[in-house]
Amino acid sequence: MSDIGVHVRQVVEGEQVALFMKGTPQMIMCGNSQRALDALRRAGAPVTTVDILPDPAIRQELSELSGWPTIPQVFVKGELIGGADITEELETSGELERKLEEALGPDYREHREEKVVSLA
Amino acid sequence: MEGLEALLRQAFPDAPTVDVVDRTGGGDHFHVTVVSERFAGLSLVEQHKLVYAALAGPLADGTIHELRITTKAGV
Repeated sequence: MSDIGVHVRQVVEGEQVALFMKGTPQMIMCGNSQRALDALRRAGAPVTTVDILPDPAIRQELSELSGWPTIPQVFVKGELIGGADITEELETSGELERKLEEALGPDYREHREEKVVSLA
Repeated sequence: MEGLEALLRQAFPDAPTVDVVDRTGGGDHFHVTVVSERFAGLSLVEQHKLVYAALAGPLADGTIHELRITTKAGV
């Protein structure tokens, strides 16, 4: 596996909530990435974002790992939650918060932070 | 748009609902809705992966620039 592949796996498996997106929270380059981030924020999730745009290898390695062809991709403790549609759907139904409580503990909202990781 | 619907009908021949909406009128931003028995017992991730698989061609060749997916298990 390439270095980028190793780093992608480290983020997926090591971060509480990972969002692979186009752009950064400060400069979002795609409406679906915005939708996924907004849903995570509404759920009070801590979020670690990775911009996939600087190197095509990031997206390639990520999709190989997840079996998911599009961006964004949301992971909670290494588990693929889905793209923007599923993340929104789960947030609306309350299922996302249940998942976060189960994976991160009932007081996960108190430790909310946003991190940006650069893999390029 | 008809092409996408045909691909989905082929992949989900039992589906009572296959709907494709061109969200922007530009022919590359789509919202597809599929209701199928095949989704029963599958997670949303697994359901959406089946839709992605059905549309792998147009996703790879750039026909689809942006795709929204709604799936439901049902007959």
